[in-house]
Amino acid sequence: MSDTHGHGPATHETTGQAEAEGHQDPHAVPHDAHHIQAHLRLYWIIGGVLIVFTGITVFLSYLDFDKWFGGRGWNMGIGMLVATFKVCLVGAIFMHLKGERPTIWRFLYFTAFFFLGLFLLTALHWWDPIFGTTYNER
Amino acid sequence: MQIPYEVQARPDTGLYNAKLGIWLFLASEVMLFGGLFSAYVFLRLGAEPGLWPRGLLDVRIGTFNTAILILSSVTVVLAWASLKMRKFNEYRKWMMLTIICGAAFLFIKLAFEWPPKFSHFGAFIRKDKLAEYEPYLGNEYMRSKKLEPRLEISGHLHAVEVDVENADPAALGQFLEKRHLKVLKREDEGKRLEVEVHSPADAEALGRVLGKITKPDEPDPRMREASRTLPGVKILAFEVQPDPANEDPTNEDNEKPHFNPRKRNPLADLIHIKAGDVDTWSAFVPRHSTYLATYFMITGLHGAHVLGGVLVFCFLWGPGAALYKTNPEHLANRVEVAGLFWHFVDLVWIFVFPLFYLL
Amino acid sequence: MSAHVGQERHAPHDDHHELGWWRTYIFSTDHKTIGIQYGLTGLAFLFLGFMLMLVMRWQLAHPGQPIPVIGGMLQAIFGEAAFSRDALGRMGMLTQDGYNSFGAMHGTLMVFFGIVPAAFAAFGNFVVPLQIGAPDMTFPRLNMASYWSFFISCVLMVGSFFVPGGAAKSGWTSYPPLSGVADMGVGIDPFWNGQSLWLVGMIFNITGSLLGAVNFIATIIQLRAPGMTWMRLPFFVWAQFVTAFLLLLAFPPLEAAGIMQTMDRLFGCSFFMPTGLITSARDAMGHAAQWAGGGSPLLWQHLFWFLAHPEVYVLILPGIGIVAEVIANNTRKPLYGYKAMVGAIFVLGFLSFIVWAHHMYMTGMGAKVAAFFQTTTIIISIPSVILLTALLISLWGGSIRFTTPMLFAVTFLPQFGIGGLTGIPLAFNAVDLYLHDTYYIIAHFHYVVAPGTIFAIFAGVYYWFPKATGRLMNETLGKVHFWTTTIFINGVFMPMFLQGMAGVHRRWYDGGAAFDLISKVPVFGRNSLEWNVVSSYSAFLLALAQLPFIFNFFWSIWKGQKVGRNPWDATTLEWDAPSPPPHGNFDKELHVYRGPYEYSVPGAEKDFTPQTEAPADAPKPQVTEAVLVK
Repeated sequence: MSDTHGHGPATHETTGQAEAEGHQDPHAVPHDAHHIQAHLRLYWIIGGVLIVFTGITVFLSYLDFDKWFGGRGWNMGIGMLVATFKVCLVGAIFMHLKGERPTIWRFLYFTAFFFLGLFLLTALHWWDPIFGTTYNER
Repeated sequence: MQIPYEVQARPDTGLYNAKLGIWLFLASEVMLFGGLFSAYVFLRLGAEPGLWPRGLLDVRIGTFNTAILILSSVTVVLAWASLKMRKFNEYRKWMMLTIICGAAFLFIKLAFEWPPKFSHFGAFIRKDKLAEYEPYLGNEYMRSKKLEPRLEISGHLHAVEVDVENADPAALGQFLEKRHLKVLKREDEGKRLEVEVHSPADAEALGRVLGKITKPDEPDPRMREASRTLPGVKILAFEVQPDPANEDPTNEDNEKPHFNPRKRNPLADLIHIKAGDVDTWSAFVPRHSTYLATYFMITGLHGAHVLGGVLVFCFLWGPGAALYKTNPEHLANRVEVAGLFWHFVDLVWIFVFPLFYLL
Repeated sequence: MSAHVGQERHAPHDDHHELGWWRTYIFSTDHKTIGIQYGLTGLAFLFLGFMLMLVMRWQLAHPGQPIPVIGGMLQAIFGEAAFSRDALGRMGMLTQDGYNSFGAMHGTLMVFFGIVPAAFAAFGNFVVPLQIGAPDMTFPRLNMASYWSFFISCVLMVGSFFVPGGAAKSGWTSYPPLSGVADMGVGIDPFWNGQSLWLVGMIFNITGSLLGAVNFIATIIQLRAPGMTWMRLPFFVWAQFVTAFLLLLAFPPLEAAGIMQTMDRLFGCSFFMPTGLITSARDAMGHAAQWAGGGSPLLWQHLFWFLAHPEVYVLILPGIGIVAEVIANNTRKPLYGYKAMVGAIFVLGFLSFIVWAHHMYMTGMGAKVAAFFQTTTIIISIPSVILLTALLISLWGGSIRFTTPMLFAVTFLPQFGIGGLTGIPLAFNAVDLYLHDTYYIIAHFHYVVAPGTIFAIFAGVYYWFPKATGRLMNETLGKVHFWTTTIFINGVFMPMFLQGMAGVHRRWYDGGAAFDLISKVPVFGRNSLEWNVVSSYSAFLLALAQLPFIFNFFWSIWKGQKVGRNPWDATTLEWDAPSPPPHGNFDKELHVYRGPYEYSVPGAEKDFTPQTEAPADAPKPQVTEAVLVK
């Protein structure tokens, strides 16, 4: 085609903090990092909570809620509830979602909607067939 | 030419490029695993009663792996924090711990979890022959308790009874020798053999031994080969050392997943299963049932993501760490982004563990 | 905060290493080179897909006869799976398997290897960073990796024609259980067969698309030039933004399904193979193939269409974006209803995720599910109509310049209209019961994509060619290309509506008794079967009509009329860069002051005011980062 790596001057942006705050040392702790020290203990605590809840998950699996409450789905529901709680902890604290920018949250809302759409609508089809036409009579 | 906002955040969005990029990628990964999980839901809800097993997986290993992954999530966020606080040696320590945890997860899965399945045999009995195997299936008891029927006999495949009348003798001999299989019994002038096998894979391969050439005078070698009888070796029966669930089918305890798995009794009588009574048989491989297919697929794909994460961490610990000298904030961003991916992998496992191992 | 953006420019210290030929033209990370790579590959596949269809149309017209002249050569190239000798021993008759595989690959290649790379990836990569004032994409190396993942998928797909058994033959939709048992048997490799290679190829293609989509979204959010607020973006950028989201979120379930079907084929799993299936399938050693069963063919359909419906919007939205740009430029007035169009495109993207089962009305859906999907499908026609109407009204009162890009862009509108309107009856499952899998469907979707998106692609090529090469394409050849293409493409697809309504079934190698039936039904003076003749002649003439374009394209690269930066007198940012733009794109500081379509501004000297032109009374920009407003 043509010379695409020509000699036009390009956007010039510095890479490090060096010129940002008037030639500061890039290895100096940035000002937004001071509160991180306070979070370290939180990370360990959350890790511990997650391990404890893993144990709780295993323990709960020995109890048969379907028998107690009748009907199907109780065991699955409670198991998923505990898992969701753990996932929220990981997301909020480890993935810094708590306090994350709205842009990221917006991506997640839409993703969650489409994720649920995939699940629910596929399941809806399953629960609402015309008898005699699907391969599995229910 | 420098791409802006690689390190510093763009003021109006408050994000640097890679963070935006990784969250977008994670959104697509949510949809990927969402597709897989919706397949799991669809297949499980649609499974015929008796065809969705429980208690096949080792809960101890699963729990331990879950704990390792949670620990690695903690260490990776500590690695990032160390970088932000410009403590390079701390960073390397925590990163190495993360790598070790990830590698341990994979090692345990590939060395202790998957291989035992490949030598575990299972045969689904045909619906019309279920009554004959009632002592091992206990379906009357299941019916009385309104539980799902048991359709499978599983355990260790000790030996197979085969009809070798149509087998190519040279091929058969070579096969037995190569796999070090003993012939336990010879009957019917050597037309029927009982061959001891080490695993279901041996039995499958035995079933594929070439048949006799029926047109030995055919000049064209390809036509000669095509004239072999098919199948060469016919499997007539299986000798199976049963799992606890089949040895004691009315004990409900054997159905559930247990932290301490029930061990197979090595002194139990062998069950003789006629091949004609079997619907499908295999090792506990993806082919065995939709349950195992889904299990291997999801844990396999998850494992591939773990491997990818470990490789990226190795880079960031090793050659990639050189970036610290020139631009430590950039390295911190890279570690944060890789850590986000890793947390997502942990997240998926938090769902996989109860769904497959416990429920 | 930093004030370095906007300070004096000095020669960058990292640009002085000369990249070799390979790094400049083949393994380049520059978005423009990558865009051109996608464009050339996409156009090549559009052509290849077209050729496949021509062979099929010939076969439909002459069942049981060999392809003339090139039949022997085709049989030698594609092998015995696709071509065989006819009853008289002549080489080159397209077999049933060949017809099916050509049909399946026509769809696959056109959609995933033709339109998406050409309309989305090529134009997106080339134009979007320029239109937002960015030096490149946010992740240039990832961009290159995306192209090469795509390239691997191209190699696999084309290679699949030449393996024993031929290319995939279970439709572009690859429905199981047929796709689970296809390409199995003695003499066919368990992995290197067409159906399995299709799956692996799709996985690489999807990966490339996903990574590309990440790049697009991040670039549009993060790398807009100072002053380029969201509502000052050219509509093309909005279209690419929404398209990227569709690709990002809709593709993964198909990737998951592709992995599952690959496991079905390679490991004998039963994700999609139902219980009790009896087939004549044999494995490579000749043993009867067996499956454990318990799988669900419906599951594949759900996962496939979850992608494939948003995919059709991926096919059309970049086209609408291109047409918007060309129309605004050639009417010399702003687009009508810019805000409404932006809102419509978001609603369209959002709704496109929850309409997919209208492709599955024939699967035994109950009333509740069917009602849900019918409702959402009808609702989604509203934003489509908003977009089309806004573009139509944009023509009103304009000083229209009928350049070649404008001819294609204006013709896009009624053609897309026909395609879209003929889709509305299909939203109702009662009507779909009759029309599903007939030629009506073929006509409907081809109208949206062929005289639709492909016309938009042509418009885009003619329009942005001077930016990429610094030369104009020849106008006369362009107009010849336009008129012949328009006439013949309508000749191909318009009769198919009639045939479909008469009941002609799609994907049939030999109409057989059904053709006999419809040959008795007169429609507009001919019986339904005779319209095939019109379609086929038009198809071959359409192929010939592309020759002026192909010649014009390559000839103009070296011999076209040289032009400067802005031959079309356009307002958007890409026309501020040199033609062709260098690495880094712009040779001056950029600041955006205006909306994208300030044409014929009252009181202005020229009939266009570029986005970077400061208002006369504007203060000198103090380009600190505080000025970067949302």
